[in-house]
Amino acid sequence: MQPTNIFDPNYFHKVVDCQWACPAHTAVPEYIRMIAQGRYTEAYMLNWDSNVFPGILGRTCDRPCEPACRRVRTEEKPVAICRLKRVAADHKGDISAYLPKVPTNKNGKRIALLGAGPASLVVARDLLPFGYTVLMFDRDPVGGGMMRSQIPAFRLPADVLEEEVDLILDMGVECHFGYDIASMKDMLDMDFDAYFVGTGAPRGRDLDLPGRAESAEHISIGIDWLSSVAFGHTTAIEGKVIVMGGGNTAMDCCRTSKRLGAESVSVVVRSAFEVMKASDWEKEDAMSEGIPIINNRPPKQFVHENGKLKGVVFECVKAEQAEDGRLTYVASGDPDVFIEADHVLMAIGQENHCPWIERDIGIVFDKWDCPVLDEVTFQSTNEKVFFGGDSAFGPENIIWAAAHAHEAAISIDLYCRGLDLKDNRPPEGVNLVSTKMGMHEWSYDAEHDPRARLIVPHANKRQALDNIKIEVELGFDLRLAAKEAQRCLNCDVQTVFTDRLCIECDACVDICPMDCISFIENAEEAELRTRLMAPAMNAGQDLYVSGDLPTGRVMVKDEDVCLHCGLCAERCPTNAWDMQTSVVHIPQLGS
Amino acid sequence: MTFVAKPRIHHPHLPLNEIGLTRRDYEGSVSTLCAGCGHDSVSAAIVQACAELSIPPHRFAKVSGIGCSSKTPSYFLDKSHGLNSVHGRMPSVSTGANLANRELFCVGVSGDGDSASIGLGQFAHIVRRRVNMLYIVDNNGTYGLTKGQFSATNDKGSTNKKGVPNLYEPIDLASLALQIGASFVARSFSGDKQQLVPLLKAGLMHRGMAFIDVISPCVAFNNHNGSTKSYEYVRAHSDNVVNVDYVEDHAEITADYDPGTCEDLRMPDGSTLRLYKLDDKFDVHDRVGALNYLQRRQEEGEVVTGLLYVDPDAADCHDILDTVPTPLNALTEADLCPGNANLERVNESFR
Repeated sequence: MQPTNIFDPNYFHKVVDCQWACPAHTAVPEYIRMIAQGRYTEAYMLNWDSNVFPGILGRTCDRPCEPACRRVRTEEKPVAICRLKRVAADHKGDISAYLPKVPTNKNGKRIALLGAGPASLVVARDLLPFGYTVLMFDRDPVGGGMMRSQIPAFRLPADVLEEEVDLILDMGVECHFGYDIASMKDMLDMDFDAYFVGTGAPRGRDLDLPGRAESAEHISIGIDWLSSVAFGHTTAIEGKVIVMGGGNTAMDCCRTSKRLGAESVSVVVRSAFEVMKASDWEKEDAMSEGIPIINNRPPKQFVHENGKLKGVVFECVKAEQAEDGRLTYVASGDPDVFIEADHVLMAIGQENHCPWIERDIGIVFDKWDCPVLDEVTFQSTNEKVFFGGDSAFGPENIIWAAAHAHEAAISIDLYCRGLDLKDNRPPEGVNLVSTKMGMHEWSYDAEHDPRARLIVPHANKRQALDNIKIEVELGFDLRLAAKEAQRCLNCDVQTVFTDRLCIECDACVDICPMDCISFIENAEEAELRTRLMAPAMNAGQDLYVSGDLPTGRVMVKDEDVCLHCGLCAERCPTNAWDMQTSVVHIPQLGS
Repeated sequence: MTFVAKPRIHHPHLPLNEIGLTRRDYEGSVSTLCAGCGHDSVSAAIVQACAELSIPPHRFAKVSGIGCSSKTPSYFLDKSHGLNSVHGRMPSVSTGANLANRELFCVGVSGDGDSASIGLGQFAHIVRRRVNMLYIVDNNGTYGLTKGQFSATNDKGSTNKKGVPNLYEPIDLASLALQIGASFVARSFSGDKQQLVPLLKAGLMHRGMAFIDVISPCVAFNNHNGSTKSYEYVRAHSDNVVNVDYVEDHAEITADYDPGTCEDLRMPDGSTLRLYKLDDKFDVHDRVGALNYLQRRQEEGEVVTGLLYVDPDAADCHDILDTVPTPLNALTEADLCPGNANLERVNESFR
């Protein structure tokens, strides 16, 4: 193998599994260290800089970082990254001094943001400090988009939401809320310098089954129903409720129903439990509130009598593994089951839907009714119009919306300045800074903490089920947060090897607790992986290969299960190993 | 040395040996030697050798004297028996341990000061007596613990850190061991585990006195340009004669060598030593030839490494003394008390 180029920004970025997995590439280990040091405000701002909604995401994020956490591979459970983010938000001090200044002299460019959800808010935040005039349009009377309308208050309290949304709106967004955008053509006629469409995926899927039309009054689309609860139009649900669907919206629907007075609630899913789209912790929370999840039951028909819904008939299927590893469902042979219901909530997916964008104004849509976009610039086929969030490539989540929006903001800025959207994008970069402070002194806490993942305390269940506004999770207190923060392996403190300093004494090989380091003859990657101190079976993790050493061998380090404990550097007599913090620069407007 | 303790967790795919232990189970407490010390590599090689041989740690006795080398038994096999004895007196204690319980794997770890200066007499006599043990010398040619004076194994003309040359002839412990009765003599280098680990395994399984002189550089005081025991010098001047593989009786020999250069030696326990000859001029069964070769190459400034001499069928101390086959600590009162009649007969013979 060729020697590894550690100055490629992606090399060490990939070692920081959580940051690599995060769509917005938030510098997770850095903010966890700040929390350990009690620097909650700085930890909050580091988050705010990249993901913009630390308080909201600290409660609601889909957490792609956690399954990626190295701790899953070295032990079992990941660091509670998401809940530590919430700690930073809950305990931060005054952040006003850290916020970017918005100039009073504008640059003359006017940008229209359609939709007031997370994507548009992030674009606004990125553009405002550079003198852009930003106008935001949304049909709802207040900002926040799906974060307000689809996430129930017992998961995301209104004050947390409002604080972070208002922080951006107060930077000088010209808000046009309660504005029903009926025509993109009309918007284009207003002649803004650029447009950003962040209207989400607002159409919930429906099922055309026998009895659907006759029982229409008792069947609601999940996201619409959640929205009407959020805005206070719906305050109760009576009788027996069936929630159809296996995603997070289904979990929110069933838990909301329980709080609004349903006599009984059950979730019925067409697929198997293991492949449900809902996050594990959402399923656990629903089940711990006494809501049964019934799997392998595709719905067959709605049973009604005199316009009144009686229940739903479900087929019984069983999952079988096909040759390609995917699950297929075949009839289990059991008779159909009838489940009584007075109300059905359909949470079986959603799609982007822009009926208000005319199809003859230069914005091309593909066969799935998604806009045709450049994947790097988020520019549509109409050069003035950019998309982001769920309206770009279909339903994702808040953190993806933030990631899209940062890129779209860069594109909008380049477009308004007449520059090429691809050639002039700011590059990624990486800085490496030694953490060596002196003999046996490192500027990070290198010691490995074998503690198991801590559990977040919950509110009293009876009280929580009585009131939709009581937040279920209480969050870590500072004592628990400090303990959980110690579990982080500091994967951004990199083992950096300088081959010309190495005397091949084997001290690092002998001390490495995870057998990551080998000094062997070079070969092709596939062969090298089998010849190391411990076989490197995780092909998703890179091998770090040095240049040739005096004995003709090379140093090969398998990054897979390195604890970043720094013992190789502690034991190295010549400083050939050093522990260096890698700071990855993720481009944003202005960087 | 380090203040960061080695975490207990290990690689998820670390193999288990025949008795269900990983290599990590054979480690000791964290080393307090200097970073980069060759002795730590020797300890790691002992850990690997014992793990690969599936030695139950409680069947293992480690004995040492005084010095950097003699600290190292703390850093491997912390579930075994051990005694850190008096300076230069490791051989006496090892002799006692081996006589008392002949079923233990007895390993002595000593240094060039402990064995070639204060303990030279003890060294010579334990080799003469052919005690059944593995005697390892971590040889760095310097008194590291007292800040770098020349030791008795330091080559004449090599310098200390400040450039002052050594004026005395070196004692070559490997030559001495060959001369006075060791039935297994080898030399190796702490920076070459591929060679060292199989030698340690063979030495552990050899019945009789097995002596391994391990050149183990002192990074703090004897790893400079004028040294003949630095990492760089040993690598540049190593003359490797015979490598070994220790092959347990049931295992298949798979190493891929030219058959003309291989020789299989049966060991008394049924296992095999497979020898890989790297030099035609060298015969591992010729004690006097080995001695000559060693001395000649040393004159030329070369360091001969590998297996130098082996006689798997040589008598050991227990054979010479004709001791009982049962370990002394397992003899019962009935075994030990001759009874009145026998006692009378013995007494009668002296009258």
